[in-house]
Amino acid sequence: MAIKPNIGQPLNRLEGRQKVTGSAKYAADYHVPQLLYGYVVNSTITKGKIVRVDTSAAKALPGVVEVLTHENRPGLAWFDLQYADMDAPPGTVFKPLHDNKIRFNGQPVALVVAEEFEIARYAASLVQLDYEEEPFVTSVEANLSKARPAKKGIATALKPPPPAPTGNFEKAYEAAPFKVDAEYYHGNEHHNPMELFATTTVYEGNGKLTIYDKTQGTINNQLFVANVFGLRYKDVRVLAPYVGGAFGSGLRPQYQLFLSVMAALHLKRNVRVVLDRHQMFTLAHRPQNLQQLQFATDENGKLTAARHAAFVETSSYEDYTEVISSWSHRLYPISNTRFEYKVVPLDLSTPTDMRAPGGVTAMHAIECTMDQLAYKLGIDPLELRLRNYAEVDPSTEKPFTSKALRECYRQAADSFGWSNRNPEPGSMTRGNKLVGYGMATGVWDAYQFPSRIEAILTKEGKLMINNAVTDIGTGTFTVMTQIAADELGLPIEDVIFGYGDSKKPFSMFQGGSSMTSSTGVAIVMAAKALKKKLLEKVKEMSDSPLADADEKDLVFRNGRIALVNEPSVHINFQEIVAANKGQAIKTTKMGKPHLLKLRKYSKMTHSASFVEVEVDKDLKTITVTRAVTAVAAGKIINPRTAHSQISGSMVWGISKALQEESVIDENLGKYVNANLAEYHIPTHADVHQLEVIFAEERDELINELGVKGVGEIGLVAMPAAIANAVFHATGKRINKLPIHFDELLE
Amino acid sequence: MNSFAFLRAETASEAVKALNTKAQAAFIAGGTNLIDIWKYNLTHPELLVDINRLADCRAIIEKADGGLRLGALVTNADTAYHPLIESRYPLLSKAILAGASAQIRNMATDGGNLLQRTRCYYFYDANAPCNKRVSGSGCAAINGYNRIHAILGASEHCIAVFPSDMCVALAALAAVVNVTGPNGDRNIAFADFHRLPGDQPERDNNLQYGELITSIDLPVKGFEQNYSYLKLRDRQSYAFALVSVATGLELDGDVITEARIALGGVAHKPWRAKEAEELLKGKPATPENFAKAAAVILQGAKGYKHNSFKIELAKRAIIRNGMMALHPQSQRPGAQPSL
Ligand SMILES: Cc1cc2nc3c(=O)[nH]c(=O)nc-3n(C[C@H](O)[C@H](O)[C@H](O)COP(=O)(O)OP(=O)(O)OC[C@H]3O[C@@H](n4cnc5c(N)ncnc54)[C@H](O)[C@@H]3O)c2cc1C
Repeated sequence: MAIKPNIGQPLNRLEGRQKVTGSAKYAADYHVPQLLYGYVVNSTITKGKIVRVDTSAAKALPGVVEVLTHENRPGLAWFDLQYADMDAPPGTVFKPLHDNKIRFNGQPVALVVAEEFEIARYAASLVQLDYEEEPFVTSVEANLSKARPAKKGIATALKPPPPAPTGNFEKAYEAAPFKVDAEYYHGNEHHNPMELFATTTVYEGNGKLTIYDKTQGTINNQLFVANVFGLRYKDVRVLAPYVGGAFGSGLRPQYQLFLSVMAALHLKRNVRVVLDRHQMFTLAHRPQNLQQLQFATDENGKLTAARHAAFVETSSYEDYTEVISSWSHRLYPISNTRFEYKVVPLDLSTPTDMRAPGGVTAMHAIECTMDQLAYKLGIDPLELRLRNYAEVDPSTEKPFTSKALRECYRQAADSFGWSNRNPEPGSMTRGNKLVGYGMATGVWDAYQFPSRIEAILTKEGKLMINNAVTDIGTGTFTVMTQIAADELGLPIEDVIFGYGDSKKPFSMFQGGSSMTSSTGVAIVMAAKALKKKLLEKVKEMSDSPLADADEKDLVFRNGRIALVNEPSVHINFQEIVAANKGQAIKTTKMGKPHLLKLRKYSKMTHSASFVEVEVDKDLKTITVTRAVTAVAAGKIINPRTAHSQISGSMVWGISKALQEESVIDENLGKYVNANLAEYHIPTHADVHQLEVIFAEERDELINELGVKGVGEIGLVAMPAAIANAVFHATGKRINKLPIHFDELLE
Repeated sequence: MNSFAFLRAETASEAVKALNTKAQAAFIAGGTNLIDIWKYNLTHPELLVDINRLADCRAIIEKADGGLRLGALVTNADTAYHPLIESRYPLLSKAILAGASAQIRNMATDGGNLLQRTRCYYFYDANAPCNKRVSGSGCAAINGYNRIHAILGASEHCIAVFPSDMCVALAALAAVVNVTGPNGDRNIAFADFHRLPGDQPERDNNLQYGELITSIDLPVKGFEQNYSYLKLRDRQSYAFALVSVATGLELDGDVITEARIALGGVAHKPWRAKEAEELLKGKPATPENFAKAAAVILQGAKGYKHNSFKIELAKRAIIRNGMMALHPQSQRPGAQPSL
């Protein structure tokens, strides 16, 4: 009996029922006995120092167990390095309650621990702190004079500084017949996943901790906790079986983890610390930035020169960077380039990666500049992209492992009806609405990280796969199960995927849309190793009907190993286990990208977004009425979860283009709209027709599965497509995101 | 959020009596605003008097004079979907449904809606200067991020906006607020209920400490033939108005015989200019005439760094909404601004 492959099936999320019925437990849902509750006190100034601490009123409140500040906190690891997590940028890691210095508004300055959450929260309001304030800076635009190149460190490997200039930009730009010089500005944004950051630390005694944490990297946080608190790695277990979204905010250990563990060790009790929504704005965020672009083409619209300079916020203590300025050269052939990246240190917390970090920032600027060029040239914006289509990666001259961007353009444009577009701005109307069509391209890296998988044929004849990876809501659990099931020829029900646990074999933190390639490929390798072991067992079995069979004549199907041509000759997995004295059969295997082979190639995902907006003729209100995004990202393992990733990203694109901003009051040095009523993300009423297309892309080079990863790529092209559509509707270029509709009022 | 005593009142007089035993006490209705403010440590009531059980304040009833009485504890949702409101005061229904979210409207009460506090960012930040919160501490909004702030009737002490949608319609409908308190009962015309900030921005309205809103009366005139509520904001749902307009018209052919125009999102109270309404009387309902009315309404409007756009936006909104009122069929849900 043949069974249908699981790969390619639109399986529902395996944990969907738990999530919608509320039985899925998140970090703050573990009701361990004798639990204490921590509540964080945050700095109310932006820069300076604490000169006086008075916790007496808080401590006097019945039910308060302890108030920890920099004055009475327990001693901690001595060296800065030991605080660094795997994702720490160059600089000095921020250490909660380390000293009396205030580096950003909302910095955690005390932890109140009480028998009840409500008592802790009230007591927190009674902690009195006196500060000495110093002048601070919080705006990139106002502090460009402070811009400087970023320091280099371990993290620079993943985010290299811009490449050296090529050709002679100044000369080529000067001489070009068509050019655009434009500036773009983006404000800060906060990830704001639905689940609040929370840690429940279970104090097991003997220096052992079990930690339920909201994180994208169980092992990253395990190492961090062990290093900072001087514990043995094996005594620290970090669990994150369910994660209610993260988008990058959980890549690095957040301060509630630190504080929860510190209090648990200090008090030898179980301690939970949950942040509230307002405190979520004291964590990392997408950095504000200013970009300057100068692009030029020849008479035919071929790009000849490009300069892209990015001035990006970082904190006063770490040099966080993104890759921003060089993206255009991975998409379009350009002979004369100059790419620059400078950090502007501000008195804010260190930014961190947020969905498509750098990519979506850059592509908004690049693709709006391309749109402007198309208008200067008098050619269709899509045609301009096609004239500059790169068959090999222009920045390295290496071929792509695969690139179906042309198909993305074609399919999305067809489905959208791009050919109906009258290029004249303001020429298309619907009642009292101006209608605008805009398009843009998206690119993203196809990452693959090392991952270690334990594959076990259990006593019951099921396949168990173990890995420390999390599922931050992307569908990882489901997709990994599908991959494993197919590799061993098992139905989904016979695969158990164990994840979200630092005790399980190594995984990088979950970021960069890389898990399907990283964990997925490692599963294939481990499952192959397990199959090999099973075949060896089969050969060793005394009465094996397959003893003499050649490996290539055998097939794994439906819980058996059988002869391809004579399936009735087979051995059940259970029989193999029985022959192994009833013991499970295990293998462990490290999956790694084929670095040597892949060095010769460029690995990227691509997308194209086409957007229709309606802008009210008088009131200028903007509605994204339709959007089509086509994605080329190799093989799609699960069309349903992949579709959700892309349509979710498209909604985020609407958000980034039109709504999302953490507004800083420069006089006070803090975010003023730090709650979900005033920090806007789209509601249902803002989201209309969205279409997702996956362009077929066979990639036999990239990895064993032919997958690249889908998630962030759905966001990259959207903001530019929306901004371009707004221009097409109104004739106005608004280069500052989010676009406020009132900027379109004359 | 401090610890507090809790009392559930069954009658209005019991509630008023209980509240007036303490210097810092609060009624709680839906709690959708009070609890937020409490959690931000902006208020510290020692006693909470739950008024949700007040039997006399929980219904919408027809009054002898032909008007309607909204009990203070009726929820915003029940009000908006009440058949008599939908048929006779659709402007009110429309305004309520433009506000908050379905979940909040299910909890929020009509009395509570009148008493919701401003959304000024600095008011909600216990560490920022704010004359409304701490008299004499200054105003961070005037030189701060004032996109959502007032363009009309503000003072050097406060440029906060009263954020309600429902109240914009109530202002246009000339509702009356019925209250009871330690000194007995009184009725307050809607136009006199909320205040301008002046040099006492800590006072949002003319209610005295310890007074309870028992109901809101709607006069007979409902403008159910020609009405429109237009709300302009940064997203299509669950966002406060940058500018909103409630318009009710009575027409004889094309000629306006009675006009009501109230603005939200622009001042410390729902903004009505009687001269503008007078000006429209006897004139055809045209964009030009609504523009003239807009000019009168917006006389003296003053913008700040981030909200000057509201002056032009309000003008256009008044014109558009006037025209939309001629076509109430344009008031389908989710289609804003339609026509
Ligand atoms: C996120 C969010 C978004 C919102 N968006 C909008 C919007 O877009 N448009 C809009 O109009 N509104 C909006 N609202 C406000 C909402 O309509 C109000 O919070 C609600 O109407 C208040 O009613 P309540 O019954 O919950 O009042 P409560 O919170 O219970 O009380 C508010 C205040 O009124 C007092 N009080 C309540 N009832 C009485 C009474 N009968 N007599 C005397 N005092 C009383 C209380 O003591 C308290 O001081 C929003 C609210 C939130 C939280």
